[in-house]
Amino acid sequence: MTNRTRLHVLTAVAALLLPAAAHAHLVNTGLGPFYDGVSHFLLTPEDILPALALALLAGLRGARAGRLVLFVFPAGWLVGGLIGLALPSSSPSTAITMMSFIALGALVAADARLRPKWVAAIAIVVGVLHGIFNGAAMAEARLGALGIFGIAASLFVLVALAAALVIALRAPWMRIAVRVAGSWIVATGLLLLGWSLRA
Amino acid sequence: MHGIDGRAAVTRAMVAVVFIGWPAAVFAHVETGRAGGFLAGLQHPVSGLDHVLAMVSVGLWGAQLGAPAIWLLPLTFPVVMAFGGMLGLLGVPLPGVEIGIAISALALGLAVSAAWRPPLWAAAIMVGLFAIFHGHAHGSELPPGESGLTYSLGFVAATGLLHAVGIGIGTIHRWPRGQIVLRAAGAAVAASGLLFLWKAFA
Repeated sequence: MTNRTRLHVLTAVAALLLPAAAHAHLVNTGLGPFYDGVSHFLLTPEDILPALALALLAGLRGARAGRLVLFVFPAGWLVGGLIGLALPSSSPSTAITMMSFIALGALVAADARLRPKWVAAIAIVVGVLHGIFNGAAMAEARLGALGIFGIAASLFVLVALAAALVIALRAPWMRIAVRVAGSWIVATGLLLLGWSLRA
Repeated sequence: MHGIDGRAAVTRAMVAVVFIGWPAAVFAHVETGRAGGFLAGLQHPVSGLDHVLAMVSVGLWGAQLGAPAIWLLPLTFPVVMAFGGMLGLLGVPLPGVEIGIAISALALGLAVSAAWRPPLWAAAIMVGLFAIFHGHAHGSELPPGESGLTYSLGFVAATGLLHAVGIGIGTIHRWPRGQIVLRAAGAAVAASGLLFLWKAFA
């Protein structure tokens, strides 16, 4: 093998080894995987809106539901995320996002009289499903479990703030404003469904 | 750099330049169009006067009717409108969309100006019907290439905020003179609706 051939082979191998662009929409904060996970969650409406809807639903259903969701929702997301880390090639989560938007938004808009244990069960299902796709994205971006912990910590804070705020509301019109927020989330989910079917 | 050694050196230099210029490992693709999509969605409902007047009128009428219509109408309108938007996105034809929108401004304006108080279900059905026309028009006009989610978020938020503006203005209904001003505003919306209807047929 001549020097030139070696050079060409070396170049080809080096080019093949260059990492391709990851398709996970993750933010690199430069502060480490934990904060990358936090920023990913805060900048991703696909994740933050269903989480907000669930927190609003828990708040509408009272303090017991709020306390349950505060712990089971981040825990479910964490478990799902750890599962997702082992499944790096998951399919796109658009369907899950749309279903979460429409179902959770509708429950908030209708002020559905669910028992706290049912709200907690919904929180676990939603958390695990979203967590799986987050975990897959984290695996693709090589953020690992710390990124998932960052998301779970953000969820805990979001649910604590939003649910507590709604529980504290006394004026009837304020609870209606919460329900209107739910209807906006349903509407967004319906439009998203139209977008995805058109695409 | 002469002969074979020279060419090899040039090749090495070029390879080095290529590698230096090569983008570093990209662990996140840049999310282009997200903020733009939101702003475009926010702008779309306020880009047509017919839409704006109809949305604000929903809020005005809700405020005039009082509870529970004041919250039922803004609660149902975005959902039904989004359903219409979904039909528009899917290309499901709806005849007479522009006429329906013009009639919505005319009818809502007349309802406010006459301080009409139909049964709640009738008001909800009427507003829901108009919402389908507005949603369909928006859905058909949505530009390709935007971020669907953020565009939808902006679009829904702008519609809801227009209702909120209507409800806010409608609070003048508490005062006797405010009621007169509100009815006059309704008449102005109805007159605009007539103009839109004329244009739709022209």
